[in-house]
Amino acid sequence: MNKFLVKNLFDKAKLVMTPTRDGYGKGLVKAGEKDERVVVLCADLAESTRSLWFKEKYPKRFIEVGVAEQNMATIAAGMANYGKIPFISSYATFSPGRNNEQIRTTISLNNLSVKIAGAHAGVSVGPDGATHQALEDMALMRVQPNMVVISPCDAIEAEKATFAAAFNGKPTYIRLAREKTPVFTTEAMPFEIGKAIVLRQGKDVTIIACGPLVYEALLAAEKLEKEGIDAEVINNHTIKPLDKKTLLASVKKTGAVVTVEEHQIMGGMGSAVAEVLVQNILVPMELIGMQDKFGQSGTPDELLNFFGLTHPFIVKAVKKVIFRRGSGQVNKKIK
Amino acid sequence: MEIHEEQIKKLEEMANTMRQDLIEMLLKAGSGHTAGPLGMADIFCAFYFHILNHKPENPFWEERDRLILSNGHICPIRYVAMARSGYFPVAELATLRKFGTRLQGHPEREKLPGVETTSGPLGSGLGQAAGIAYAALMDTHSTGSGQAKKFKVYCLMSDGEQDAGNIWESAMFAGKNKLHNLIAVMDRNNIQITGMTEDIMPLESLRAKYEAFNWHVIEVNGNNISEFINAIEEAKAIFEKPTIIIAHTIPGKGIKEIEFDFNWHGKAPNKEEAKKFLHELRTIGGKIKSEHE
Repeated sequence: MNKFLVKNLFDKAKLVMTPTRDGYGKGLVKAGEKDERVVVLCADLAESTRSLWFKEKYPKRFIEVGVAEQNMATIAAGMANYGKIPFISSYATFSPGRNNEQIRTTISLNNLSVKIAGAHAGVSVGPDGATHQALEDMALMRVQPNMVVISPCDAIEAEKATFAAAFNGKPTYIRLAREKTPVFTTEAMPFEIGKAIVLRQGKDVTIIACGPLVYEALLAAEKLEKEGIDAEVINNHTIKPLDKKTLLASVKKTGAVVTVEEHQIMGGMGSAVAEVLVQNILVPMELIGMQDKFGQSGTPDELLNFFGLTHPFIVKAVKKVIFRRGSGQVNKKIK
Repeated sequence: MEIHEEQIKKLEEMANTMRQDLIEMLLKAGSGHTAGPLGMADIFCAFYFHILNHKPENPFWEERDRLILSNGHICPIRYVAMARSGYFPVAELATLRKFGTRLQGHPEREKLPGVETTSGPLGSGLGQAAGIAYAALMDTHSTGSGQAKKFKVYCLMSDGEQDAGNIWESAMFAGKNKLHNLIAVMDRNNIQITGMTEDIMPLESLRAKYEAFNWHVIEVNGNNISEFINAIEEAKAIFEKPTIIIAHTIPGKGIKEIEFDFNWHGKAPNKEEAKKFLHELRTIGGKIKSEHE
């Protein structure tokens, strides 16, 4: 096992479980410590988005705007226009959902260094139900010119991503999750915006994942190994700009792709990868994600299984693409 | 800042010149907004030639007053004021709305230095102005070398855009934080794109609404330059809250036949109309002879 991944990777009992929003809170404090220009705005969700941790440390640089996400975007645009580095925190359904046009005009078109943190993304939000499960946020953000889109895979990466976003000088969206998910990467794993990470090398198929489901991709690779299929797993944390070089190099090697995300298939990370692939190389591809459906109440595990986002579904999809590729040796192993 | 009658006269002459520039540029562009820019010519003239502390040759000067235009569609009159005060050559006005121009149909910060913010979609200017004002106050209050930020943040908005919820979210924010360095100016011309404001969505009482949101409210005749300048002086002396100047203006001001007509909100004059309008402006409504004829 490589040094980017924790020991006991597949021993769930020994894994530390932390929500990615905690990494955001930590990253904010770290960025705030480094640079006085960092300010944090919140729309009455300081505890839940973990921007509270920044507020406790730097109360004068924390700005409460009330339940007013549109205003939050415009205030932040003004502050960045002046020279601050604002982070705006809310649930992703509201920001960048409700305030999408304000983000488009006052942040992206103005090309201002505002950071949008969308918490509670994905169906794994659980009991709150469909209204609070953002499944289209990456689509909304990645179609805006100038905007950078990041979906960290665990709390450690979320902290690194938050810190990096503070200093990239660009409008940036960071996607966060509510529920506790495995902390499976280590401090040693490098993080650079726009640089995908090969977590596991393989030659038979490329599994490209983002967000906490990267862990499911690793679980799938582990199962596949037992069946003689050697999967490469890529942590594609930056959806925009996409790391074409790393992705294409892997796909050219394996000739088959599965993407995995907790987001609508339409307009999401998998779509972004497909856009690059079809213009460069023709390979069979399967996209794991939400199939044009809203979520619903339930436990995160129930929902992830119901919507087909867990490792057994990834394993199935891998077998499908390998079958379609028609490579003799690997094909024989598939029933 | 006391202002003499002679200065006012000069400003009025400049406002007339600006209106002529505006008609000429709209004719060349073939589309754009006429009524609002004409009604706001006096206020833009007052800002660029008297009120603003700015350096046209250095639009990024840090201590400049910020003039945020929320209702971006009236940008032609801002472009005219900028050109006449030295931000760029007057000849460039002819490029309005043309391919490759810096003078976009709706103003863009990344295209033309000095416009401060990109605007057009209504309701977002007050929030951005409040954000700048808040950030400036933060730095003023912070310890260390933090020198007081003396610049003012002005936000020009329309009355029609008071329909937008974002405006009231921002008004609440400014009131809560006592942003006394923020001075909003509302172009109260009673028209919007498809009719009269009070028919489309009644706005009154605007004074009572802003007072309830903890703003200081001043009402003036927005086509009277000296009255407007006095209102700005009053606003600068208020330190407990933000101020809004409700400027009652006449849409289409300066050209009798289109004054108050909402049909002129979103269209540009044709050749014949432009000729007639320019004649009216050059002769100040027939009072003097035009050297052009």
